[in-house]
Amino acid sequence: MTGEASVAAGSTIDALGQFELHPVLGHLGEALRFSQSPLFMLIAVAIVLVFLYVGMRPAAVVPGRLQAAAEISYDFVHDLAVSTIGENGATFFPFVFAIFFFILAGNYLGLLPFAFTYTSHIAVTFGLAIMVFVISILASIRFQGVGFLKHFLPAGTPVWLAPLLVPIELISFLSRPVSLSIRLFANMVAGHVLLEVFAGFTIMLAGLGAFGHVLAIAPIAINIALTALELLVGVLQAYVFAILTCIYLREAVAH
Amino acid sequence: MYRTPRLFLFAAPLAAVPGRAVAAGMPQLNFHDPLLIGQVVWGAVIFGGFYLALSRFALPRVERVLTNRRTRIQSDLDVARKAKAEADRASAELLSARHEAAEQARAHVERIQSEARASADAHAAETAKRLEAEIANAETRITQSREQALSSLSEIATSTTQDLVARLIGTQDEQTVASAVKRVSA
Repeated sequence: MTGEASVAAGSTIDALGQFELHPVLGHLGEALRFSQSPLFMLIAVAIVLVFLYVGMRPAAVVPGRLQAAAEISYDFVHDLAVSTIGENGATFFPFVFAIFFFILAGNYLGLLPFAFTYTSHIAVTFGLAIMVFVISILASIRFQGVGFLKHFLPAGTPVWLAPLLVPIELISFLSRPVSLSIRLFANMVAGHVLLEVFAGFTIMLAGLGAFGHVLAIAPIAINIALTALELLVGVLQAYVFAILTCIYLREAVAH
Repeated sequence: MYRTPRLFLFAAPLAAVPGRAVAAGMPQLNFHDPLLIGQVVWGAVIFGGFYLALSRFALPRVERVLTNRRTRIQSDLDVARKAKAEADRASAELLSARHEAAEQARAHVERIQSEARASADAHAAETAKRLEAEIANAETRITQSREQALSSLSEIATSTTQDLVARLIGTQDEQTVASAVKRVSA
């Protein structure tokens, strides 16, 4: 939502300007290629780690609110990982936890005014998806050896169907990181473009005088509703990303 | 030929607006931007650090607290279960002790009763024996007395008769009187 400031003063709405990367910390940031995107990654990671640290500091048998929240987030992802991946779920639990909270914190941080949504960058989401993809392939080799390749020809398929089925399975396998990354990226971009567009409407209507001031309430109301929707989408997309990661890992560790 | 360039010139800004919008739009697809690739590298570093911090420190800490709680609850339950078992055993012991004491008391009472009965019986038997002995004794004495009385009867009769005879006739013949008395009493 940083783009509110960059809404063109005239008649157009620059809905995509909010996704532009700018170096932070002046020349040092420019030299290190350090934009506001990694800055917000750091902030998100710090928030999650501080939340866990401060929450678990009492280490009480009867938890307070913050500790209960930290424990619930732990249990939630732990149950997700173990119930989906199976008995090896505990091995991948920190990875799934990191994925879920990296995305969730990014999505929610981006909803704050003047913040940057790093999950709205296809490069970031594709990087995460490729990481999941590579780790699931490594886990396949680790747990099943080269034998995991037989998944590309489902058991009991007639051999003459192989030339047809193997490419289909291969394409569906290779398209996983693409669909995984585009789903998150597109959801975030769409939500933030909508927020920007309606915010732009408000500014444009405000320029029409008293009548416009009254009308401008409508896009604000829509933006409030959209913010609520984005709160849902933010957690939902993080959950979808995490559970798909778990499903891919289950396939990797299943014998 | 003359109008065409002018038409192009007129159209150029119109065409340029969407064109520029596409070029400027979607900063996420501007792969020439070094910051775009930079954020991926930074993202990898930050995510790696995040993963390490979580897997080494943050999550084991939560795990420890949860495990502590589980073991504490489990041990508390165990203690409670053990205390309950102990209480049950103590109560069972108490019950059995009470039962045993009651049995003992009953046996005791019975023993005392039977002892008392036996002693009473013995006492009665002894008394009866003593009485019997006394009766027998008395009977013997009676018999003796009677016999004594009977044996002295002839003597008394004889002396009485002698006295009577002496009074009547003034003389006495001890021999004759005695034989006469013996004859009469026989």
